Amino acid sequence: MSQDTADQTDESADTLTDDVGPDSLLSSGRFRATLELLGLGVTGALAVAMLALVAFDWLQTFPGSLGAVGETGFEAYESAGRAVDDLLGTNVFWVSTTLRAVATGALVGVMAPLVGAFLVHRQMALIGETLAHTAFAGVAVGVVVAGALGLSGSAGQLLLVALVVSAVAALGLQWLTAHTDAYGDVPIAITLAGSFAVATLVISWGESAFPVAIDIRSFLFGDSAIVTAGGARLVAALTVVVVALVVFNYKQFLFITFDEQAARVARLNVRWYNGLLVVMTAVVVVGSMQILGVILVAGMLVIPSAAASQLAGSFRELLVLSVLFGQASVLAGLVFALLADLPNGGAIIVAAVCIYLAAVAVSGRSAGQLSVH
Amino acid sequence: MSAVELDEVTFGYGETVAVEEVSLSVEEGEFLGILGPNGSGKTTLLHLMVGLKQPDRGSVRLFGERAAEFEDGERVGYVAQRATDRGDAMPISVQETVLMGRFPHAGHGRIRGEDRAAVERALDRVGVRELADRPIDQLSGGQRQRTFIARALAAEADLLALDEPTVGVDVDSRTAFYDLLDELNAGGMTVVLIEHDVDILTTHVDTVACLNRRLYHHGDTASFLESEAIESAYGRRSGVLDHHV
Repeated sequence: MSQDTADQTDESADTLTDDVGPDSLLSSGRFRATLELLGLGVTGALAVAMLALVAFDWLQTFPGSLGAVGETGFEAYESAGRAVDDLLGTNVFWVSTTLRAVATGALVGVMAPLVGAFLVHRQMALIGETLAHTAFAGVAVGVVVAGALGLSGSAGQLLLVALVVSAVAALGLQWLTAHTDAYGDVPIAITLAGSFAVATLVISWGESAFPVAIDIRSFLFGDSAIVTAGGARLVAALTVVVVALVVFNYKQFLFITFDEQAARVARLNVRWYNGLLVVMTAVVVVGSMQILGVILVAGMLVIPSAAASQLAGSFRELLVLSVLFGQASVLAGLVFALLADLPNGGAIIVAAVCIYLAAVAVSGRSAGQLSVH
Repeated sequence: MSAVELDEVTFGYGETVAVEEVSLSVEEGEFLGILGPNGSGKTTLLHLMVGLKQPDRGSVRLFGERAAEFEDGERVGYVAQRATDRGDAMPISVQETVLMGRFPHAGHGRIRGEDRAAVERALDRVGVRELADRPIDQLSGGQRQRTFIARALAAEADLLALDEPTVGVDVDSRTAFYDLLDELNAGGMTVVLIEHDVDILTTHVDTVACLNRRLYHHGDTASFLESEAIESAYGRRSGVLDHHV
């Protein structure tokens, strides 16, 4: 490189240092990095604690010493719940249903923004909304399957069927997008409406033919009352799988998200990773719908990442902030919903939107740069 | 051995033929410029060269292997048209962008010391090391392009394929950018470049491929300037022609 060029670059760098760096406390690099690391530590510890809660809850069902360990562990969480109740003057947090809902919510708050960060920047945000609708059709199909097989039709069973239906729909959607000449969002819109249409038909028919204990309309708006031990276990398992898949494929997901053509030239199997990402989205959606409801599930995929995109200076930071914002939204929303006796899903998403608006207000980046279709 | 070899390559989008019976080879260490009017199939030709598209007829070979079966992804660095715009909406740092060049080496494994060292060298080479921690959207057009070149350098690519890399870059940065490409080419890297500016192109490249669906000229820069290729490819009334005659 010529000296002139070097000088020019140096000059530009100096200019950037002077012009671009906002002087707020948040932007002071080291402080910000420490804060984020701290937040990530708390989030991670919370996620592990919630996984342990679900594990103890499961162990309780076993006889003998395993069962005793489970009971002791779960009681510790109930005591912690009572302490929170004492603090807030409530009488809900020690209840096992609430504990399961909090655990499920906290885990959803980790996995949804993690996958959402890639979706948002691959401009695939509405895939989440669509897959939520197919998952709802899956729940409806689950009612029929459970009824036909003589099963109880518990939330866990319905979710498993929803998981399969949603994953198949995800791959079908991927195929449809690749094999039609329409704009990318046309197959998405068709699948969204089509699957919901199927769901309405199957629900009406299935409920009368095979009555189940759960009001599947609770899945529309989300209800902590439908978070059963089985449902919480499913979410815990899905969270571990999703986090492991993101960690294992982080480089590949990042490359195809940022520059798909260059990734293909570098001989990454882009079709495989795209497929994996949509199936992971289906998994997240199914895991989240108990808490958030079908209608609002896409919010947890998109909003924390959109908020983080306003503030982050690197993709790694984007992931960290997405998870932090996701967790904060879920916990704030759940607590508010419990205290005010309002629906979880709405409270969580409103909390997320508040965080997003705050992020837009303090950041210099234009919110319109993120395209969602 | 040729870095790229096209033999009677034809490619169409449905009924529309974009590239017709093109044969040319790019030798290792060559600096090839692809020139042609809008819609002449330049980008399609570049895509065929790097294996992003498969020809309907004919064959494409990359470093002696069929492009479709070529697996040494790290040997080819590619910068798509307006690729650098992605950084506007997606928070990503210069360091992270350049590190992507090491991803084909690392696969699913951890990024190791040698990967980080390659990134450092690449950042140094293109002069953006001091910007390593900055988000891409805080860089000028020229600095962004350098970052993308650094990604190819970090990959230790042997072939650099660039599709109109200096669109939206100011004149001074553009000159500096081409000087950098010259230096890399002098160091042995094969460069294939699409550029609409005939003056800049002919100043820097060794050979020119003039395309308008078919190949109108393929040869060294001097023979290209003496040829009638540009009139034939662009048509006699084109502004490009007036500029040169």
